[in-house]
Amino acid sequence: MTIAGAPAITTSAGRPVGGRRLPLDWLGAVPFLVYVAIFLFLPTAIIVGGSVLDANGSLTLVNFAHLSRDYIVKTTLNTIGLSAVTALAGATFGALLAYAIAVGNREGLVRRLTLSVSGVLAQFGGVTLAFAFIATIGPAGFLYLWLAEHHADIYAHSLWLFELPGVALVYLYFQIPLMVLVFLPALDGIKPQWREATESLGGGTWHYWRYVAGPLLAPAFLGATLLLFANAFSAYATVNALINQGQPVISQQISGALSGEVGTFEPGFAKAIAVEMVIIVTAVTVLYSLLQRRTSRWLQ
Amino acid sequence: MAAVRRGVQGTRRLKLQVFRIIVFVAAGLFFLVPIGAMVEFSTRGVGDQPRTLAAWQSIGTYPDLVAAITASLELAAITTIAMLVLLVPTMVWVRLKLPRLNPIIEFICLLPLTIPAIVLVVGLFPIYNWMGTNFSDSILTLSIAYVVLVLPYDYRSLEAGLAAIDVKTLTEAARSLGAGWFTVMWRIIVPNISSAILNSAFLSVALVLGEYTIANNLLYNNLQVEIAMLGRANAGVSIAVAVASLLFAFGVLVLLSFFNRGRGRLQLVELQQVMRTERG
Repeated sequence: MTIAGAPAITTSAGRPVGGRRLPLDWLGAVPFLVYVAIFLFLPTAIIVGGSVLDANGSLTLVNFAHLSRDYIVKTTLNTIGLSAVTALAGATFGALLAYAIAVGNREGLVRRLTLSVSGVLAQFGGVTLAFAFIATIGPAGFLYLWLAEHHADIYAHSLWLFELPGVALVYLYFQIPLMVLVFLPALDGIKPQWREATESLGGGTWHYWRYVAGPLLAPAFLGATLLLFANAFSAYATVNALINQGQPVISQQISGALSGEVGTFEPGFAKAIAVEMVIIVTAVTVLYSLLQRRTSRWLQ
Repeated sequence: MAAVRRGVQGTRRLKLQVFRIIVFVAAGLFFLVPIGAMVEFSTRGVGDQPRTLAAWQSIGTYPDLVAAITASLELAAITTIAMLVLLVPTMVWVRLKLPRLNPIIEFICLLPLTIPAIVLVVGLFPIYNWMGTNFSDSILTLSIAYVVLVLPYDYRSLEAGLAAIDVKTLTEAARSLGAGWFTVMWRIIVPNISSAILNSAFLSVALVLGEYTIANNLLYNNLQVEIAMLGRANAGVSIAVAVASLLFAFGVLVLLSFFNRGRGRLQLVELQQVMRTERG
């Protein structure tokens, strides 16, 4: 292996070692490379390899054939639906919030505050977040009790907080701040001159949004929605804290096939579901980065 | 004409102000009420009794919970130190001696971002099984997996720190004055990127304390797993601990954004992606 930058160092630092330099510099990177080989690449290889092997270690596609089981198809569709709904709702509300921030003072306190709060809340998830909603609108939550006292029983039909609609509501808590974080830069790229140009050509607010700002922001909005979709699709902790039974989302099915808590212990099948999830998430992420590139053509 | 125009703009500005106020109030309610509700819930008295801190005071009487809190704090410390020891010397060395390897290291470090935690755990499962029988099944072995989990954030943070100083000149100057590699590392590089190191340490701590997916699926009871289990038995205590861990994590992150103030963009990316892993 030849090392491009090294000769400069040798000459200018005047290394006391005499004679030819032995190409041993790469040894410095070995500990790191060994570590990631064992704990990052090996797990990846185990997943990919294991997904095409049966219990006896011979090549098979049976794990992938199992993906057509009714409950897996249903779970996949559930997860896609949940992710799409929370992505769209999160993107819409998040865009409104981002707009409210963007039209304010750039150096103002409100902007700085909402941005850093969004940064923190976008990370808030998992068990704690589920508990926060249980404490609010759970069957013993103060808001639920207050509403029930005022003859508005929100659980008259079903205890939906512990079903997919409840999960969707809870997901919005991190999807909206995430949207604010990824969409605000695009809104900041909108120049007031464009509005003035529209007006000088006789266009009103509707024309401005329909023909100028809308088309410019559309790729950014779509891209952000895809990011939110991928974010919801691979989530596990929050939904697992809310729903213990039935495992309605795909990440819970992976966990189930892995541990064998429910149904049978099927490590090969867990790997096949994992591969399915990675393929979907990767496809969405690639689309996101394509749209992001298109956005940056105008709004930077 | 000018007056009419000013009138139109005045109305528009007023509408915009009303819109902003409505949006901010609605968002404020949606985001603050659940956190307030946790505090309210954890201080409830039994029946009609007045507010009490009983749930908070009884945290110490749950041995499993105390063990989980201790384990998570230890995991945070071990993960942070292991990550720094692994990453900082490698990144400096690669910068100086193996610049051609730099893009590869970057690619490797950012790779965990594209793998959801629930997927990674499927691949880690057999490895931990093997380690459990042949080596150790202590909960602290989780820190090995957590180092992989924190790689992307810490890499970005450290990379920004290293990019801001002239590693090569500093090293050459120190070496020409007779410093050994350890001295260069410890007395030249580390002090110069101390804020980047602090940053990545904060990110690691916040991430490890919030981690649930990997621990739960490898059947280890870390803080989040224990909180979830306790929630089924004693909601008050478990929500009290959840609030405490939340406030701690928020505190860490507020500190982080304070140290990060000059670099808004980078911070956004980091935060947005920490969150993906944490929840994954």
